[in-house]
Amino acid sequence: MPEVEPLVHAGRIAVPYKWSAGLVVSRFLKAAVEEKRFLASRCPACRKVSVPPLRACGKCLVDNELEVPVGPEGCLVSFTEAPPAGKPAERRVFALIKLDGADTAVLHRLEGASLEGLEPGARVEPVFAERPDEAPLGVRHFRLR
Amino acid sequence: MSRAAIVGVGQTRFEAARPAETFADLAHEAAAAALADAGLSMADIGNIVTVSNDFLDGRTISSMAVGDAVGAASGQGKNVSTVEGDGAFGAVYGLSRTLSGSYGSTLVVAHSKASEGDYSLLTNACFDPVTERSLGLDWVSAAALQARVCAERPGFGERETAAAASRARRHGASNPKAQVREPLSVEQALASPYIAPPLRAAHAAPLSDGAAAIVLAGEDLARRSRKPVWVAGVGLSADGRLTDRDLGKAEALSRAAAQAFASAGVKKASELDVFELHSTFAYQDLLWSAELGLGGVEERRLTPSGGCLCAFAAVPAGLVRILEAALQLRGEAANQVPGARRALAHGAQGLAGQAHCVWVLET
Repeated sequence: MPEVEPLVHAGRIAVPYKWSAGLVVSRFLKAAVEEKRFLASRCPACRKVSVPPLRACGKCLVDNELEVPVGPEGCLVSFTEAPPAGKPAERRVFALIKLDGADTAVLHRLEGASLEGLEPGARVEPVFAERPDEAPLGVRHFRLR
Repeated sequence: MSRAAIVGVGQTRFEAARPAETFADLAHEAAAAALADAGLSMADIGNIVTVSNDFLDGRTISSMAVGDAVGAASGQGKNVSTVEGDGAFGAVYGLSRTLSGSYGSTLVVAHSKASEGDYSLLTNACFDPVTERSLGLDWVSAAALQARVCAERPGFGERETAAAASRARRHGASNPKAQVREPLSVEQALASPYIAPPLRAAHAAPLSDGAAAIVLAGEDLARRSRKPVWVAGVGLSADGRLTDRDLGKAEALSRAAAQAFASAGVKKASELDVFELHSTFAYQDLLWSAELGLGGVEERRLTPSGGCLCAFAAVPAGLVRILEAALQLRGEAANQVPGARRALAHGAQGLAGQAHCVWVLET
């Protein structure tokens, strides 16, 4: 065929979506913003404490105990500074945090800290949001203690 | 039990952007190459497994958009089924269909084009929409969290990581299918800018457009084929999500390898002659190697194709590892390991290597 420049069809997929948080996480988010505490779940069989809470234990396949307080402080497992998805010009400090008393970790933003001198194990605390749907886990960000 | 073999392989060249080809064109190119390599026509193919990702293709049921391009309508129409994920996992499904005895052969085709979407946003969608997604993490920042945990372990220092990146690029330089073919010195890797500390730009896989295909055959057809590469064992396993596992380990890889080795009669990985690992960051190459016990294995046996650090089309990547391992056993690979008789090929998927798939192949 005769030479032709490839045409590139630019589009955008934008589909509104409404995800149910489920009752267990809804309760978690409400307690976070109204009572400033984290309510985890605990497996009655293997005793694993998960946060955010899970309705059932994926290993033992039994319903978890709920309303198990953890944190609200915790320590850094890992961290990095990177552009948030789709915003290559910005930088954000992301942290993997183990809340006191929990067996699983949570992901969040760390504010007011630079990577310089930051070490795994550093103590952090949450700055709670005002509305449950305002920010992940009902927390605006974490900060160093 | 009956056996199966890889009797044909095909792959496109991997490039950062291939605007002249649709993803169906790429899938077709790889499938036609695999058929030609096998010396077969579509009439000989029992069924087809396509491997694709709807998010990467920017449409739902992306498999349906490549079916005709890979021969689904030929003859009376072929049974086509689909896997979403890494190509090595898709190939396990193809292997199951072949070993079931229902089909004498299976064509497995995987494709993806990173250039058409936004890989950062697409991988951000892996995160929980209620409790995580708006934080803005993606495949790179998730891997950076794992890399820092690994950096606390012995053997994961800056220099070791740089050396892993440099070795991959040395191998990739002589792989005609690779996207990045410029060598990279250890010093260059050490001086490369941070993208998400401790990750540096030189530590990360380049995002690619491309496709790969293999033809799997049952024992009857395989015995009549030119250069069958036999599947000695396969295993796959998944770990917990990013927040629910020790990121300094890859226990799923050990479990997958143990399954594959049990079938293949392999006691330890280092018995094998060549290893094609799916490492999308240099530290992962160290982590997977440590998990498999590959310390002391000669460098030329470790991912001789250059691996994902020289070309990474997210969906085909694991299938390319299988295909490159098969070429090694046929004596036809780009960086041929002399006399290779048994090979390990590895696929991985999920953030920071959540799930792993291990193939043991033999001549």
